Amino acid sequence: MNNPNNRSKMNDTGLRKIFTDGAWRQNAGLVVLLGLSPLLAVTDTVVKGLALGLATMLTVMLSNFFVSLLRGLLKPAIRIPAFVLIIASVVTVIQLLMQAFFYDLYRALGIFIPLIVANCVILERAEVFASKNGPLPSVLDGFATGLGFGITLVLLGALRELTGRGTLLFGSDMLLGDWAGNLTLTIVPGHPGFLLAILPPGAFIGLALLIAARNAWEAKAGNKSIEQVQNAHET
Amino acid sequence: MNKGWQPVIRSGLLLGSIALLGTALLAGVNYLTQDRIIEQEKRRVLQRLNEIVPVVAYNNDLLEDVIQIEEPGFFRHAAAVDVYRARMDGRPIAVVMIVTAPDGYNGDIRVLVGVNAEGTVLGVRVLSHRETPGLGDPIEAEKSNWVFGFAQKSLQNPEHDGWAVKRDGGEFDQFTGATISPRAVVRAVHTALLYFQANKQALFDTPVSSAIEDEQPE
Repeated sequence: MNNPNNRSKMNDTGLRKIFTDGAWRQNAGLVVLLGLSPLLAVTDTVVKGLALGLATMLTVMLSNFFVSLLRGLLKPAIRIPAFVLIIASVVTVIQLLMQAFFYDLYRALGIFIPLIVANCVILERAEVFASKNGPLPSVLDGFATGLGFGITLVLLGALRELTGRGTLLFGSDMLLGDWAGNLTLTIVPGHPGFLLAILPPGAFIGLALLIAARNAWEAKAGNKSIEQVQNAHET
Repeated sequence: MNKGWQPVIRSGLLLGSIALLGTALLAGVNYLTQDRIIEQEKRRVLQRLNEIVPVVAYNNDLLEDVIQIEEPGFFRHAAAVDVYRARMDGRPIAVVMIVTAPDGYNGDIRVLVGVNAEGTVLGVRVLSHRETPGLGDPIEAEKSNWVFGFAQKSLQNPEHDGWAVKRDGGEFDQFTGATISPRAVVRAVHTALLYFQANKQALFDTPVSSAIEDEQPE
């Protein structure tokens, strides 16, 4: 422990653990199963999933940052109201910025931007992590959690967009500006449209497939048995 | 006794200052973004209008040259109809009416109808609706070409009875599995045309209501 190199190594693995926990082991969408309402509602295209993923990631990072700064001051009695105030402020700021700079996207995501406030993932990270850790690990935790959630959104969006309408990146001009209008990839030309994938049932089926794929991967890698993964759901 | 209150007051003050800081942050961001947001909203509306009336066809301030008509009896809906007037050197070119169809499958359908001074449809777009995805939503220009079929139509082309979907003996296509949504749109467009024909002069001549705020964001 006296060796400074050794210490920084310890710190490194600590941060790496935070990262893999947030992005994979405790993946908000696939393992903890929090924040399902936006997850299921906006993922009919990749671009919308990506946009909500980014907005959520930014929110968790900022709210974790502010919560970790205040962690010594907050008594248990006022902790949750304080978190909610912080999260609501952060989300509203992001909403205003999106409205000013990504107006079309703001319209496409509609009510789900303000509803990020109600995404339990964010409150959970504030309570479980940021209120007990310093700013740097907290921001990293927010980044990892947001990344895991965002990747889930994008994957689910890709799955549903591909089966539902045979394209990928439809509407990318909403996120990137007019030049991106022709970024849309038509994977299946003349796709007749598969409604089930685009409507909410498709979201549930797609999410189930992603969870199954993740569990199968984990079981194969021997990291955790499926039962253990299932137990993790309950915590 | 006094001591017992101390942590409560401290917590209250802390919570209050968090709320205050959050509000200050929001007020700041709101101040910095509000002009841009108004601009974005206007740009969006103008973009929609220009899809119907091309920029080169008029030279007035289309976004500001707007009146509201309230004729719930005629339009079968309580919502006011926005009418944007396009002019070239003061000469009437076209109007763009935003009408609300009351009889969609799942509530109101907001339809933008562009009509030139001769009473010919320049174009129609569906602005908002809650029709069944996949069945009723081909009324959107993004989903199918159906709505482009209104261009060049007028009250003479087709005649009165032709302004209906084919199922009702008219000239406009319905969709497989959905007659109600296209029927509602056809009716709304027809109503807009009838209103335009009966009130053309007044539509162009009514001055912009001074109640409309015309603050120019710089």
